Amino acid sequence: MTSITKELETVEFRERLDAESAIPVLVFLASGVLWLLVGSALGIIASIKLHAPDWLATIPQLTFGRVRPAHLDVVAYGWASLAGVGCLIWLTSRLCKTPIRQRGALIASAALWNLGVLYGTGAVLFGYSQGVEWLEYPLPAAAIIAVAFLLFAWSILSTFHARQAEHLYVSLWYVIASVVWFPILFVVANLPIYSGVEHAAVNWWYGHNALAIWFTPIGLALAYYMIPKVIGRPIYSYYLSLLGFWSFALFYNWNGIHHLVGGPVPTWLQTISIIASVLMVIPVMAVAVNHHMTTIGHFKLLRTSPTLRFTVFGAMCYTAVSFQGSAEALRNTQEVVHFTHYTVGHAHLGVYAFLSMILFGSMYYIIPRVTAWDWPRPGAIRLHFWLAALGISLYFLALTIGGWLQGMAMNNPAEPFVNVVAGTRGWLILRSIGGSMMGLGHLVFAFLFFEMLWRAGPRRGASPWEDAK
Amino acid sequence: MIFIRLWMFFAGVLAVLFLGWVGLVGAPGVQLAALPAQTGLRPYTYQQEHGRQIYIREGCVYCHTQQTRPPGFGGDQGRRWGRPSVPGDYVFDQPHLLGTSRTGPDLLNIGARQPSAEWHYAHLFNPRAVVPQSIMPRFPWLFELKAAADPGEPVVDAPAEFRPGGGVITPTREGVDLVEYLRGMDRTYPVKP
Repeated sequence: MTSITKELETVEFRERLDAESAIPVLVFLASGVLWLLVGSALGIIASIKLHAPDWLATIPQLTFGRVRPAHLDVVAYGWASLAGVGCLIWLTSRLCKTPIRQRGALIASAALWNLGVLYGTGAVLFGYSQGVEWLEYPLPAAAIIAVAFLLFAWSILSTFHARQAEHLYVSLWYVIASVVWFPILFVVANLPIYSGVEHAAVNWWYGHNALAIWFTPIGLALAYYMIPKVIGRPIYSYYLSLLGFWSFALFYNWNGIHHLVGGPVPTWLQTISIIASVLMVIPVMAVAVNHHMTTIGHFKLLRTSPTLRFTVFGAMCYTAVSFQGSAEALRNTQEVVHFTHYTVGHAHLGVYAFLSMILFGSMYYIIPRVTAWDWPRPGAIRLHFWLAALGISLYFLALTIGGWLQGMAMNNPAEPFVNVVAGTRGWLILRSIGGSMMGLGHLVFAFLFFEMLWRAGPRRGASPWEDAK
Repeated sequence: MIFIRLWMFFAGVLAVLFLGWVGLVGAPGVQLAALPAQTGLRPYTYQQEHGRQIYIREGCVYCHTQQTRPPGFGGDQGRRWGRPSVPGDYVFDQPHLLGTSRTGPDLLNIGARQPSAEWHYAHLFNPRAVVPQSIMPRFPWLFELKAAADPGEPVVDAPAEFRPGGGVITPTREGVDLVEYLRGMDRTYPVKP
């Protein structure tokens, strides 16, 4: 071992890296937290409107058909993307063992990204949507976000190019792959050249890939880092993570058309996506075994480390949502659940219970390190966890049961359609309660986050309940 | 190392994305381009296309599909929502509006099922006046309150509580065109083999 290699392993070196990435990381994370509050408000309004349709009924900008896509776009392109980018910047610097590069480009990226989300969401609410799920933003807004993403990718790839680390840890594979994949996907899907059924195929190639090659890699990269880091032992198996990554890359890309099962698209195309969805069991098993075997014997740490509690919750939900997705893609399941609220429950198990919980956990780890300050109020962090965990559990159970019953009733032609609608009412009210709990949790989290920014907590190192170093 | 050489990693990453695109977008694109429009299908009129833009603006697609499922797969045939739809039914649709949710019923053939413009006006103005258990939004901004209707102008059958001080409720240009679009939704022509 040379002395340079030793220097890269010291606490002082890591503190220097964290300090250098502090400003871009905090700018992205703060933007993400603000969009989380906006997105939660939009989601709760949309949810309540499904059982109280005459509430706020005379304001065109707040009609269900505009608020609901605005909610999706804000939480996807605002909250999850911006908070995800903030975490990935920090993670890339740590894993490359070199200061983050192109910090100016990152600040420009954050400014443009916020502008794109503001413009795009405003356009949806004021009636200028493109009308395509996941691709509602008008082209100028999408173009602004594409430029912002390229600036971010430039910073990540520059840092990677300048890396001092000899070993490329598994998290880094996911980060590097996703910054190469997502801009291509986003630009190709936004091209205004498709129509009819081909447009539907492009729509769901994009819609599912947004999860496959952008949001899921964020969650997995962070989980692969946080779990071993907090526990203080290496990941269980390197070869399992290798198998997990490449089978993930190979199969996930082909899943999209399971959103069109039973529709007017060629049957062979539906079949391919169903097969690929089932094959996802392989990468998911690889990740699940790897994470579980790393955590096993250390579950008591979940009580003391908020990072581990949120992250392990998220990692378990990744396994759950993926197995559910494989079973859900089958024709027999699609026949019942395709057009129902069940699908919405599945989507939230993925983007919330998996990804958002891991983002929360990672932010509890990263923010003290970039601010050199500790979290105040451990009680409030526990409150955030339980509001989020119980809220999403209620949300998921209500829509899963209610959606299944809705699908069964819909498939029975003797049941008048209006009875199918009326039968969902109680479940939708439960969903609003679950969603409001999640929203309350976000208020607690945002309050803590901004307290950290003006240093309400103890100086780092002075707190007795601190996470592992 | 992730792979034997780093360039192989990048090549692999690009290859999997490209393969997925070929399979899910490229190949079906070639196959679908070879399929002709159904002979019974007519292009949207200017008015219908404008109505379609209102349908997009108000986000109708988030609760209504425009695709009918085949026999033996769900209840569409039993509900008489129309024969299974085929790619040739959609050649004039840009953007596509197939939809993913049936919080409300499928609308691919709503024009054949409900041809009455009066019904659509009353329903869009206040769905619960027509279907008491409906959870569909109202769209009052597609209507206006006037002292009296112009000659030939449709009048919405609305209860007095929506007409303070009397007068009549009539659809705006946007409301008229949206209803023209909905009434034109009819893919009941026989399908070519």
